[in-house]
Order: sequence, then structure tokens, then C-alpha cells
Amino acid sequence: MYRETQIVNTQNNIPSNAEDAGFAADGGELVINVGPQHPATHGVLHLVITLQGETIQKIEPHLGYIHRSIEKMCESLSYRQFIYVTSRMDYLSAHINNHACALCIEKGLQLEIPPRAQVIRVLMGELTRIASHELWWGAMAMDLGAFTPFFYAFRERETINDIMEETCGARLTMNYMVPGGVMYDLHPNFQKRVKDFIQLFNSKIDEYDDLVTSNIIFQNRTKGVGVLSKEDAVSFGCTGPVGRGSGVQCDIRKLYPYEVYDKVQFDEIIETGGDSFSRYLVRVKELRQSIRIIEQLIDNIPEGDFQAKTKAVLKLPKGEFYSRVETARGEFGVYIVSEGGTTPYRIKFRSPGFSNLSALDHISRGCKIGDLMAIMGTLDLVIPDIDR
Amino acid sequence: MTKEEMKEHIAQHLPGAVFDETGEWLNVQVEADAWRSFAQWLRNEVLQMDYLFCLTCIDWPPAAAAKTQTAAGGGALTMVYHFTSTTFRQPLVVKVKLDRNNPEIETVSAIWRTAEFHEREVYDLFGVRFLHHPDLRRLVLTDDFEGHPLRKDFEDPVNMIRL
Repeated sequence: MYRETQIVNTQNNIPSNAEDAGFAADGGELVINVGPQHPATHGVLHLVITLQGETIQKIEPHLGYIHRSIEKMCESLSYRQFIYVTSRMDYLSAHINNHACALCIEKGLQLEIPPRAQVIRVLMGELTRIASHELWWGAMAMDLGAFTPFFYAFRERETINDIMEETCGARLTMNYMVPGGVMYDLHPNFQKRVKDFIQLFNSKIDEYDDLVTSNIIFQNRTKGVGVLSKEDAVSFGCTGPVGRGSGVQCDIRKLYPYEVYDKVQFDEIIETGGDSFSRYLVRVKELRQSIRIIEQLIDNIPEGDFQAKTKAVLKLPKGEFYSRVETARGEFGVYIVSEGGTTPYRIKFRSPGFSNLSALDHISRGCKIGDLMAIMGTLDLVIPDIDR
Repeated sequence: MTKEEMKEHIAQHLPGAVFDETGEWLNVQVEADAWRSFAQWLRNEVLQMDYLFCLTCIDWPPAAAAKTQTAAGGGALTMVYHFTSTTFRQPLVVKVKLDRNNPEIETVSAIWRTAEFHEREVYDLFGVRFLHHPDLRRLVLTDDFEGHPLRKDFEDPVNMIRL
């Protein structure tokens, strides 16, 4: 269902005479629709692109194809129930979304969570980040025409999914974080399997650089493409690897540490190029940092409870609570307005993809249509996260 | 910059501002008329609030407003802006109360570019009109959709499930 808009009128732009091939050369504009069913948008995103020849004049994103009004839905769900809906937003960072909600509720209840649960949460979060970046890496290379990386990435990603399945019982929408800790204790095999994974991953990660990062075709297609300046990145609210690729210091794990992130050693990766290649580099380097965090914690999981004692029905005191975490895509915020009841009065999810997408029009102008895939690939958009 | 310093700066610039320090961050309530110039000041002057990380709206229909002190009277839509500065890293929450029957406020999309999309979302789901917005259309819902779903009195007998 394509919608006619006031700004884009496709009727006037299609040349009346189809044989008149020179329409673009002599100043005519062409408007094309990309999506909502397009392999490169990785979801139901619809872009209306105005072209002058092959050069992009304007991109107008049309959202809402997967809008489920999650915020409205949450208003009638209890504090224990609404967390599960957030797994369906950014399905590649399901753990981290759940984590943000749990943190927000714990902030409201002023609940201390046991150290074991904190470490488990961080471990799971970092595994999720690796899984998410792996999928992005494979899909990004595939968008640019390289098919092999996709299989390489999924080979390692499957291992993480298996680990998740063993402990959480699910591979994608885990629903493992609950207010007060985590839902179950770790599976006895967890530590061994994670160590096996680290070993496997460390032996493979150099292949990633050989295969894609140092590939001259890949570099030519991403270097200098879709440049986002530091000032614009802040103004557009770009966070995560998109913001850090433009030199903005925006890692919530460093700026506002939660759980045990202030006790582990890792670097915040910042590149200053601002182009697609810089964003690519940030994510690939983050893979190694996530492994570094896991290596520090996997042998030091404290004994004890995995969940704090909580009441069966949670009631948040009257007030407003905001929590934020670093997902694989950037800053994810949960804003709860409570009236003292068992359900939130109003809930707002600040999703990273939403702000990152808003920069798409700005950074694509003047680029060639072929570059769009590189730009969208490095923005790493997950559409259910944007539409909510 | 600490909370107190920030409060002092704001009180000096805008004597009519109402503060609320019960939450985690400093809350400021300003009038809708003063909002545009206040926003400009926030961004460019001493506080340097260059990062608008969350923009949303809360609906207080008359029934809910009567129960709470937050919005006494005939109901209101409260715009909520979450700011932080990449220099000082001290978050600030600005609230602007609007008339529920005729919600209008100046856009800030020229100051923070991210506001353009966020304001379209609020327009779509709450029906707040942003004056001088460059492209104020519905964002996630279809153009012919009737009503604003995140308002508390929105009813949809077909698609809405009550628990």
C-alpha cells in the first residue's frame, strides 16, 4: 500500500514518452520506491527516493509497516508482563532491551540485585552484542555483494544461539531478565561452552578482517561514503557505533556504568572518520572488546542467588523513572511514568534506530544510489525497533 | 556542572521556571510561550544542551488530572524533553504543559535535528501540533487514520484488546 504524499508526486516525474531516455540528464527528477519488501532494508522499511540521474536528492522514510503500538500495549500490562513485549522490538538485542526495562523497574523499587545476577546479565548482554554484530557483519557484506561472509558470521552466531537456548530456553526472544535478577540460574554447561566459543571466535576473528575489512573493493565502496560530522551526529541523536564512528563519545557503558561495567576493563572504540567505513570499523573492533569483557567475567561469576526476593505483584511508587543501556545499536532508554499502580501510566522507549534513521536523509544526499546500500548497512537498522 | 549550578543558571535566565527535584534528574516546567526562546538558550548558551535524547508526551485527561497534583484542572498534554550536554553530562528534563483541546507548541527541529522525527511521532500519536515544523505529517500511522492512539480516551473497538 504505497501512500501518496504531498511532497512526492510520482505522477509528474515519470516521463510521458518512455523512449525519452534523456529525462534524467536534462534535469528531470525520478522518484523511486525502495521497500517495504526489499532485501537491503532488512525489514519493512519504505524509502521514497528522489533521484537526479544516479545522485540522491532526497530520501523520505515511510514508517509504520510493523507498528504495533507497543507503548499503548504496555499501559495495560503489569510491570512483570511488559518486559516480554520489548524482546519483540529490537529482536537482535532482546536481552539488552529486557535489561533496560528491568533496570528501570529496579530503580523504581530501589532494589539491589545480587552480584551473581549482575555478572550473568553483563555476560548475556555481551554475548547478545556479539551475535548482533555478527549478523550485521554478514548482512552488510552481503548487501555489498559478498556472499561468503554471511555464512562465516552465521557459523559463529549459531554457537551463541545454542548457548542462549541452553540457558534461556529460546534463541532469539529470550525473556531472561526479570525485575530483581534473571529468570533461571545458568545451565551447568554454560561456562564450558562460552569458553569454547571464545576459543573458536578468537581463531576466526582475524578471518573477518582478511575477508572484508582489508578487501579493496569493500574499502572503495565504504570509504568517504555517507559522511556524518560530529556535530550532526549529536544533533541527530545518533548513538552507538553510528555516533562513535563520527567521534562522539556516547557509550553508556562507560559514561553511566550499570551493573559491573565499571569493574571490567574495555575500551570505548571511537573513530573520527564519520563515513561508512568508520562505522564498520567501530563494530568490528567492538567484537573484540565484547570478547574481552566476557573473558574477564566468565571465570569470576560469584556464587549466590540469581534473583532478589520480590513481591509477586510489583507496584512502582508514584514518580518518573528513566534508565538507559547500550544496546548493539546505541542508547536504549526506558521512561516510565508511574501513578503508583500495578501498570505503568505511560511508558516511552527511546530506541536507538529511530534517531539513527533520522540521519539517513542528511548523510545520503549527494551520494549515488549504489552507495545507499553501504550507508544503510552501516546504520544497522532494525525496523521493529524503529516502528515499535 | 552540578544540579544546583544548573538550577541557578536557569532561575537567572527564566524567573518563571518551576523546578522539581524529586526525581533522579532536575525537572523544569516552562510555559509554552517561553519555550522556543528558552530552547534556543539551552542549546547555545552556558548549559550547552546539544543532545536531545528523548522527546515524548504524556496525556493527562481531566479524570486523571483531578487525582494527581501534576496537572490539576481540565486535563493537559505534557511535553517532556530530556536533554544532556556532551560537555557537562548532566541531564535535564524540561516539561511544557499544553491545552489538551488545542495543543500547540513551537517546534525545536531547527535546533536539534532529531526532534523532527520525534515531533512527527508525537503529532501522530498524541495530536500535538508543532508550529513551523518543516514536514508535519503522520509518521507511523496511515494518513487517513482517525484519532490519536496514545491519548488515554482513544477507543478502537476492533483492534484494541483490554486486559
